[in-house]
Amino acid sequence: MDTSLRQKKQLTTVLLILAPVVILGISLFIGRYPKPLFMPLEVLQTDELAQRLVFNLRLPRLIMALAVGMSLSAAGGVMQMLFRNPLVEPGFLGVSQGAGFGAAMAILALGSAPLLIESSAAVFGIIGLALSYFIARRIRYGGWVLRLVLAGIAVSAFFSAGLGILKYLADPTSQLPEIVFWLLGGLSSVTWNDLVYVLPVVVAGLLVILLMRWRLNLLALGDETAASLGVAVKRERLLLLTAAVLITAAVTSVAGLIGWVGLIIPHIARRISSANAADFIPVSISLGGIFVILCDDIARTLMAGEIPLGILTSLLGAVIFLILMMRPSMRYLK
Amino acid sequence: MNAPILKTDAISFRYNPARKAAVDQVSFGIAPGSVTAILGPNGAGKSTLISLLLGLQKPEAGKVLLEGYPLGHYTRRQLSQWMGLVPQSEYLPFEYTVLEFVLLGRAPYLGPLDLPGENDITIARESLAAAGITELSTRPIPALSGGELQLVLIARALAQQPRILLLDEPTSHLDLANRNAVLRIMHQLKRNNVTIIFTTHDPEAASLIADDLVLMRGGQVIYTGEMKTTFTNEKLSKTYGTPVEVIPLDGYMAVKSIERLE
Repeated sequence: MDTSLRQKKQLTTVLLILAPVVILGISLFIGRYPKPLFMPLEVLQTDELAQRLVFNLRLPRLIMALAVGMSLSAAGGVMQMLFRNPLVEPGFLGVSQGAGFGAAMAILALGSAPLLIESSAAVFGIIGLALSYFIARRIRYGGWVLRLVLAGIAVSAFFSAGLGILKYLADPTSQLPEIVFWLLGGLSSVTWNDLVYVLPVVVAGLLVILLMRWRLNLLALGDETAASLGVAVKRERLLLLTAAVLITAAVTSVAGLIGWVGLIIPHIARRISSANAADFIPVSISLGGIFVILCDDIARTLMAGEIPLGILTSLLGAVIFLILMMRPSMRYLK
Repeated sequence: MNAPILKTDAISFRYNPARKAAVDQVSFGIAPGSVTAILGPNGAGKSTLISLLLGLQKPEAGKVLLEGYPLGHYTRRQLSQWMGLVPQSEYLPFEYTVLEFVLLGRAPYLGPLDLPGENDITIARESLAAAGITELSTRPIPALSGGELQLVLIARALAQQPRILLLDEPTSHLDLANRNAVLRIMHQLKRNNVTIIFTTHDPEAASLIADDLVLMRGGQVIYTGEMKTTFTNEKLSKTYGTPVEVIPLDGYMAVKSIERLE
């Protein structure tokens, strides 16, 4: 490798780590208190309410936004490689619809304590995946990839039908809006307590993915070739898949359904770095974190009532995605 | 023959228990440093046999021996250092550059958490040079022609630095110039003492380079032996199930197989 490329890569690594941290730091001052947009530093130094707001509400919320963005875009990148399909997103194996069903169920049957909703969402997200996995093993048609995709579609449809029934049964004045609001995704109720159980899962999952990122290239070659290159295909694939699904379920249980991040951020990352997972996975993780923090800044600030985060990520994500895809190649790692 | 480096002992395999065996009671040995062509019509079980030799499929009966030990004696990783595969084709959904792609051939020497280093990049570049495609190194894979892709697949297997190279139909969909390029690389590898096993349904490709032949039909090996004694009208005709005539030509053998369509 020539030195200029190596320097470029080192600089990139530093940027990838620094940029989300800096943006998170700045975002602490963005919101609607004391007045819309920006809180001056002296307010934070003098105003006790501002201090509580920043450290007890905004800081955990922003850390969660970072975790959500990093997790979804890492998991999306992993799934796209494992399934050898660039159109796959992290929740497609029944995780998203399962979590939605679980949340609605908790709102209907268990009252609406946030912790109950989150646990129920996490549990049903994992059940969704487990169902997809076991059904895929029973399907007698197609290769491994096709079977899991088919099973994922069926399980998602099953849970989304169940969700429909729950919505139909829900009290339209109180429960229904709560279900809808949860499904649209948002971070307004995040507390330090949520971080306590989400962060360990996210950190562990991201670590596995980051450490094994080059192996993803091998697994994307298909089973026979990967095995001929010495890869323990089943074991390594299961490990990476588990990591991706667990972090998706963990952040979805708190943030609701945050669309498009896991689908488009990996594409954007590939577009600006390379198709090599060793390069694009870190870019994807960093960009995902930045993207969700910025979306959440807008969600908090733009209107007096919050805009659901899932709407913003989809809207902005789609626009940015289209703009990038319509431009000629723009890779900086040549 | 020297003690065989790779040997099959009455191996059988079927994809579906209800169907007939794709590979049926196959036994033969591969001499170290030799070039062996597994020759036979479409559907004879050649590609399945390659998978069995590599340990990618497990035979339902019989065993494959590498240096006298059954394949189960080695780890997946050790096997991948011994044997490299050039697959018939490969579907790639993502736009790797040729160098990134060839670097994947270094996997047998890297731990699960390692990234390829300077040494691996050097070896990948040498593999590109050995395949005669140094100039392609920064090209994206989807922009390659079929012939170029075949050479890239070979370069990736060379980056594995295998003692035994297995190629599945390496020349089948190539034009004449590309076919000759592939054969030239195989010839050079043979000189470097790499044992080569390749499948083909084209007898001429076999006649240009093989020392030994394994003739397959319907999952069974019907003849095996040296080129001279095995590449005959009778044996080839029986293998292909159609009249084949061997024509000596400049020290090589061409084949003619014409049924008048009147």
